[in-house]
Amino acid sequence: MSSPNRLRVAQIVFAKDLRIERRSKVLTSQIMPFAVVTLVLFAFALDGDVILQRTAPGLVWLAMLFSSMIIVQRSFAVETADGALDALRVAGADMSAVFLGKWLALVIQLLLLELVLLVGAVVMYGIELRGSGIVLLVTSSISATCGLSAVSTIYAGLASGVRGRESLLPLLVLPVASPVLIGATRAAEASFGTGGTVVSEGWPWLGVLSVFAVVFGFGGSLAFGPLIDD
Amino acid sequence: MDFHAEIGESPAVALQDAVALISDFPALAGLDLTVARGEIIMLTGPNGAGKTTLLRVCAGLTPLARGNGQVMGSDIATGREEVRRRVGMVAHSNGLYDELTVRENLEFWGALIGAGDDEVRQAMSMMGLDGRLATVPVRGLSAGQRRRTAFAILVVRRAGLWLLDEPHAGLDSNARDEVDEILKHAASSGATVMLSSHEHDRAQKLATREVRLAGGVVVGDGQ
Repeated sequence: MSSPNRLRVAQIVFAKDLRIERRSKVLTSQIMPFAVVTLVLFAFALDGDVILQRTAPGLVWLAMLFSSMIIVQRSFAVETADGALDALRVAGADMSAVFLGKWLALVIQLLLLELVLLVGAVVMYGIELRGSGIVLLVTSSISATCGLSAVSTIYAGLASGVRGRESLLPLLVLPVASPVLIGATRAAEASFGTGGTVVSEGWPWLGVLSVFAVVFGFGGSLAFGPLIDD
Repeated sequence: MDFHAEIGESPAVALQDAVALISDFPALAGLDLTVARGEIIMLTGPNGAGKTTLLRVCAGLTPLARGNGQVMGSDIATGREEVRRRVGMVAHSNGLYDELTVRENLEFWGALIGAGDDEVRQAMSMMGLDGRLATVPVRGLSAGQRRRTAFAILVVRRAGLWLLDEPHAGLDSNARDEVDEILKHAASSGATVMLSSHEHDRAQKLATREVRLAGGVVVGDGQ
């Protein structure tokens, strides 16, 4: 019996997380409806097509941030509900691989959520996708999602053993994730042409989002184990 | 069943002058303990005596602030990963994923150490979890069945040292008997068992040795 390598462990954790999500259907039956309701409430609060179209990128990413907190909480609730996270530590599992697996599973779930939010914004806010902005929109969304997922996974792991973690996690994650909100919103504005912006204005923001994702992804894989242990 | 026979005849646990702090309080205060392989050790003592901390130290979850120790042939300070690979702990929780079936839980924990289908099947059979139970989501199991699944994970992982914090807690009389049988079988197969229990009568029948703790040190040690 030989121990699997880091990538294999990450794959095992990734598959387990997605299987649990597929069984529980929390994403599709609770979080996606919550995100759509949030978009609807924004529309009620900012009644008026012009305002909505102007602010749509920011509203989509705000809804995304808030909804992502629920997904992240859920991702770690399954680990702590019956002590599985401690069991992973005792089993000597490579925690950087556990981080990678949970991070990637979160990325997949958040990308699905983004798709729903984007469609919702097109339908409810009347924003129009430009062909020239599609590549920027897709790449910036993926980069932003990777960064947001990495930060969330790090802090969710850190908060997992703390009492009151449900309220603590947003307090920890949201300030740190603010560059993601800013960068993703600016890139989306450039993709949509909001307020007369052009696509080329969005590419620097893609760079910011990519750097953020790499730093927190790499840092998370190094720090996750010690953070969980301590 | 091979429970890390490769570590030879070294004691399962050897702690010298072990001090472990919980929020600056010495939950272990200079404890000395040696546990031979294959023993079933019952830890007794009042609340706060250090039973749970001792189990967590042996699992590599709580570091020693002073003293030294070896668990399953590895130093718990410098060889923590080795220690963790050779021990298994079942505390008040079982370390299971509710949405997964019994088989999927075992496959997950087995895959993490490279165990194959045969090892999973063997563990399920040993714990009476084969057949219909294998495909039941864990959330649908009774407390006793959950505990059996947790023990099956220790078998799949070939944990040579079973650290059990109140293994009888929350179980009915039949399930407690089942737990006793499983632990006897594990010990006869080469595993070492350390358990804390408030069920003194039951645990005394089960254990080969009772270690009494108070104030973070051993105050009684007998067969």
